[in-house]
Amino acid sequence: MSVLVIAEQRNGALREAALEAMTAGRELADALDGECTAVLLGGPGIEDEAEALGRHGADNVLVASDDALAGYAPESYTEVLGRLIEERGPKAVVFAASALGKDLAPRVAARIGAGLASDVTELGSQDGGLYAVRPVYAGKALLRVGFKDSPALASIRPRAYSAQENPRDGQVEKVDVELDPERKRSEVRVEEGEKKGRPDVAEAEAIVSGGRGMQGPENWNLLEDLAEALGPKTGLGASRAVVDAGWRPHSEQVGQTGKVVSPPLYIAIGISGAIQHLAGMRTARCIVAINKDPEAPIFKVADYGIVGDAFEIVPRLSEEIKKLRSEG
Amino acid sequence: MNIIVCVKRVPDSEIRVAIADDGKTLDSQGIKYVLNPYDEFAVEEALKLRETAGEGDVTVMTLGSDDAKETLRTTLAMGADQAVLLKGEPSVDGLGTAEKLAEAIRDRECDLVLFGKQAIDDDNLQVPAMVAELLGLPCATVVVELEVSDGKLEAKREIEGAHELVRFELPGVVAAQKGLNEPRYASLKGIMQAKKKPLEEVDVGTVESRLEVLELKKPEERSGGVIVGEGPDAVPTLLQKLREEAKVL
Repeated sequence: MSVLVIAEQRNGALREAALEAMTAGRELADALDGECTAVLLGGPGIEDEAEALGRHGADNVLVASDDALAGYAPESYTEVLGRLIEERGPKAVVFAASALGKDLAPRVAARIGAGLASDVTELGSQDGGLYAVRPVYAGKALLRVGFKDSPALASIRPRAYSAQENPRDGQVEKVDVELDPERKRSEVRVEEGEKKGRPDVAEAEAIVSGGRGMQGPENWNLLEDLAEALGPKTGLGASRAVVDAGWRPHSEQVGQTGKVVSPPLYIAIGISGAIQHLAGMRTARCIVAINKDPEAPIFKVADYGIVGDAFEIVPRLSEEIKKLRSEG
Repeated sequence: MNIIVCVKRVPDSEIRVAIADDGKTLDSQGIKYVLNPYDEFAVEEALKLRETAGEGDVTVMTLGSDDAKETLRTTLAMGADQAVLLKGEPSVDGLGTAEKLAEAIRDRECDLVLFGKQAIDDDNLQVPAMVAELLGLPCATVVVELEVSDGKLEAKREIEGAHELVRFELPGVVAAQKGLNEPRYASLKGIMQAKKKPLEEVDVGTVESRLEVLELKKPEERSGGVIVGEGPDAVPTLLQKLREEAKVL
C-alpha cells in the first residue's frame, strides 16, 4: 500500500472534503505507481459509504465500524488510525483539512512521530521524495516542503482539489476495532438544532462576502438574497471590520485572522480590500467586486468590477441571476 | 488553578511579504513582530479563569529566540505571573516544537494548557493537539466558548456549519479561536510590573523538524481585471462575462 486516505463522514454520510482528499490521494498513488486505500471510521452501517470511495479512486476501503466511532472521538480515532498506519506502513497518509481533520491529523502525527503538512494545496512526488505546497502567512506566500521520512502526513485544503470520479475496485476490508478504555478522556457531540442553511465559507462553491460598505447588519438580507439566487452551495462571508463590529459571526470572516478560501466564485460587496482580507481570498478562481470607490484596492485583484451603490446593484444582480436560473 | 499558556512571536498581520535571498525564508527587514493574535485570546482566558478561581498562577511559555522575550513581556504586562523562554528554533512542522513544549509542561504543576488555535505565520494549526497527544491529555481546538467548574471543562468548538461540544475532566488542553473573549490591553501599571516578573530561560537544544523547507515564494500576482461598468445597468454585462468568459455561472 502506498497511500492511505482518511475519509471523513458526518452522521454516517461522506463529506465532500473526503472525496477531495480521495482525489489528492489517488493522484499521489498514481505518481508513486502504488495503491490507494481509503479508511472509513464510523458507526455500524458505515460500509455503505465505501462504494463512493471506490468510485473516486480507492483500490481498497478499510472499514472500522463501531458505536464508539459513529461521531468524532479524538482519542479513539487516533488510536485506530495510529495502529492501522503502523501495521500497514503507507508512504503517505492524506486527511482533509476540515475542522475534524485539523484536530485529528496532528494527534495522529504525534502518536506515530511523523511529519505533517497542514492545509496542503498540492501534494506530489519528486526525485524519490514526497513534497507538499501549502499557503503560509494566510496565503501571502507559498511554502514548498519536503518530507524527510515516511509516512508523510498531509491535510488537504478544502476546494484545493475537486473531487474526480476514477472508478477502482473499492474492495471492502473490515478491520477489528479494539479500544483501550483508559485512553478516552473526552466526550464530543455535535450541538443539535443549530444547523445553518448555508455551507461554511471554507467549503462553499461560491461566496457572497460583505464589508463595511453594507452599512449595517440589517442590510445583510440583500446578500442572503444573492446567495439564495446563486444556489444552496453558496456561503456568506464577511470582512474583518464587519466581524469586529459585531455585525456578523466570526465563522464568516475571510482573511488572515479568519478563513482562507478558494471558491470558484467570490463576490466582494462593499469590501475595500485590506491586505489581510486580500490574502484570504486571492486564490478564488473568479473574483467580482462591487464598490462605490473606484480606487478601492479590491479592484486590483478582482476579475470583474462594478463601481456604484451596492444597494442598487445587488438586488438587480440577484434578480438577473434568478431569471437566468429559471431559464435553465 | 494553574494555567500554562503557550504563545508565539509572529510578524504582524498587516505586513507585505518579501522573500529573503535564500529563497526559503521571510525577509525580516522592517517587519514588526507581535504576539500571535489568537494567543491574545488564550492569555485573556487564562487571566479570567485565574480571577474566577481566585487563586493560581498563569505561566506563559514560548519556544523561540531571545527576541521572543519582548512577546513574553507583553503577556506579563497583560497580567500573567511568570514566563518561560524555551530557547530554540521552532520546527518547520509542529511536532518538534510540540515535543519541547510537552517536555517543559510535564515538569510543571498545571491544570490547563491554553494555546491560540494557530500561529498566523506558518498557519500549521498543529501544536495544541500534538502537545495533548504527547502528554496523554484531552484537547479541544478552535474553541469559541469555554466553561470550567469543579475540575470539569466544557468547550464549544467551531466545525463546518455547526458547533461541537467537547467535555472532559482537567487537566487538558484548549486552543482558542477568535470570539472566545475580548483580550484586555496592558495597563501602564501592568507594563511597569512586567519588568519585575520572573522570566526563566531554558536551553532546549536542537528542535527536530520532520519537514524541510524547499522553497518559499510569493503567489502569482492576480492581474487586475476590468471594471465592467457603473451602477445596476452594468449587471447584464457582468453576468455575460461570468457565463461566457469565467464560466462560473
